[in-house]
Amino acid sequence: MKGPTTRDEPRPDARVVREAMPAAEAESGLASSAGARSLSRRGRSILLAVACVPLIAFLLLPLLALVLRVSPARLLTNLATPQVAQAISLSLTTTAITLLLTVLAGTPVAYVLARRRFRGRVVLDTLVDLPMVLPPSVAGIALLVAFGRLGLVGRYLDLAGVSIAFTQAAVVLAQMFVAAPFYIKSAAAGIAAVDRELEQAAALDGAGPAQVFGRVTAPLAGGAMFGGAVMTWARALGEFGATIVFAGNFPGRTQTMPLAIYLGFELDFDVALTLAAILLAISFVVLFVVKGVLGRDVGREV
Amino acid sequence: MSGCRRSGFRVVCLLFALVLGGCGNGAGPAAPADAPAGAATAEITVFAAASLADAFEQIAQRFEARNTDAQVVLNFAGSQQLAQQIRQGAPADVFASASGKQMAVAVDGGRIERGGAQPFARNRLVVIYPKANPAKLRSLHDLARPGVKLDLAAKEVPAGQYSLDFLAAAAQDPAYGAAYRTAVLRNVVSYEENVRAVVGKVALGEADAGIVYESDVVAEGADMGTLKIPADLNQVATYPIAALNDAKHVGAARGFVAYVLSAEGQAILEQHGFIRVGE
Repeated sequence: MKGPTTRDEPRPDARVVREAMPAAEAESGLASSAGARSLSRRGRSILLAVACVPLIAFLLLPLLALVLRVSPARLLTNLATPQVAQAISLSLTTTAITLLLTVLAGTPVAYVLARRRFRGRVVLDTLVDLPMVLPPSVAGIALLVAFGRLGLVGRYLDLAGVSIAFTQAAVVLAQMFVAAPFYIKSAAAGIAAVDRELEQAAALDGAGPAQVFGRVTAPLAGGAMFGGAVMTWARALGEFGATIVFAGNFPGRTQTMPLAIYLGFELDFDVALTLAAILLAISFVVLFVVKGVLGRDVGREV
Repeated sequence: MSGCRRSGFRVVCLLFALVLGGCGNGAGPAAPADAPAGAATAEITVFAAASLADAFEQIAQRFEARNTDAQVVLNFAGSQQLAQQIRQGAPADVFASASGKQMAVAVDGGRIERGGAQPFARNRLVVIYPKANPAKLRSLHDLARPGVKLDLAAKEVPAGQYSLDFLAAAAQDPAYGAAYRTAVLRNVVSYEENVRAVVGKVALGEADAGIVYESDVVAEGADMGTLKIPADLNQVATYPIAALNDAKHVGAARGFVAYVLSAEGQAILEQHGFIRVGE
């Protein structure tokens, strides 16, 4: 680095300027250095692109292989079979319900985590994180011993004539258990990032707490909430372990697409391939539409 | 600024958690037994049907005791899952299936020579119910009573196919009839992807009854009640075993198969509720 004399100079040395503000330099297009600067910038871009290739290839190749193995004719034929149609419709219905319930029940939790400081906050935070790290089959067993016929809560429900295991309700509960944390954490991050001063300003202008949340906080945190909701939906769609243990496997009632694929794999690899391709297509279309068309702000938070 | 960093940290934590465990789907029931790594030992991987779990663990122990240079790694799952894994090239040395159909899948895949499989055990079906008997089952006819929660293995699983065969045989029997089969099938709440899962759900009391193998009852101990299925309706499952062509240690693999077929191996299987094959 330069000696102390540099700091005394009223105008910094040209080389120091270049090192400190390369972007401005490139933009101003000063002749002598522009060539060298943009080359290394391009070089950096190339290096970055090369560094990205392994992971992108790794993600892309299996999906590509799947698509290439399945013929469109077989795809359409299989779409028509009752088992496949039932699995698709069941998956879409249950994940939609899961998403709705998660947003309704999870937003208050996200708000509390983002805004309130209280004793045991870390415990709540950890509790919300837990389902994300638990193996799904463990989640299924836990749900079973809680809500099953002889479960902690389930036994009382059973006396009242309500049984949850082996029903669509169980599918939704299994999905919610494993997927809700994604929405809650993302929404909490989004809410925490909203400038309190804006909320206070709205309150000063006479907005009630509900109005402040609805008109100021939620729209500003909307991107994060939306992104979290998308991840929740995606996780719920792919849920397998907790579903098969808690809800069981019954075509038309509890056999979601991942279950149908798993059992299809064991019966006929071809059937499994078709189902997998269909699930991939559905996921891609929905995520693409949601992120590309509706989720303009998603990229910022997630 | 600190709010920004906190939310960024949260997102990183979220992604980290996602990577760690959130998307771990497709939990298979395969549970290879722990085998300490040995340098000069022949390690053989045995793919065995879920119903063979307890019997084969004991057989593997005895085999290792008799052949100190061999180590057995066990992989238990529904036979249909194992057959598909073998078809897709999974490393295995021995395949013990619960049905000839799944063995044929492995043979068709070219990894077992035609005629290379031989029967090593038989098994029969039995109806089980939780000890407390919540549905008050007294006879097979009670399975058709509305409201009984019956758990079966999926039809892709050998035990599931045998269960459906039993019901088909019952439909032909004047004592039960086609209405019996329809009513029983209406009572099914779930089709599990391996027979031990059926045992688990009944043991937990979630299902009122399940149809499993007689050997599974021996494995579970006295924790459940059983209803016998009459011999003329019962399905006899014949279990074939074979060493794979591309086994890493063909000699050791064949030795394991021979041990299973030997008097000692057959005695162990019988202790666990299987029926031995005639010599």
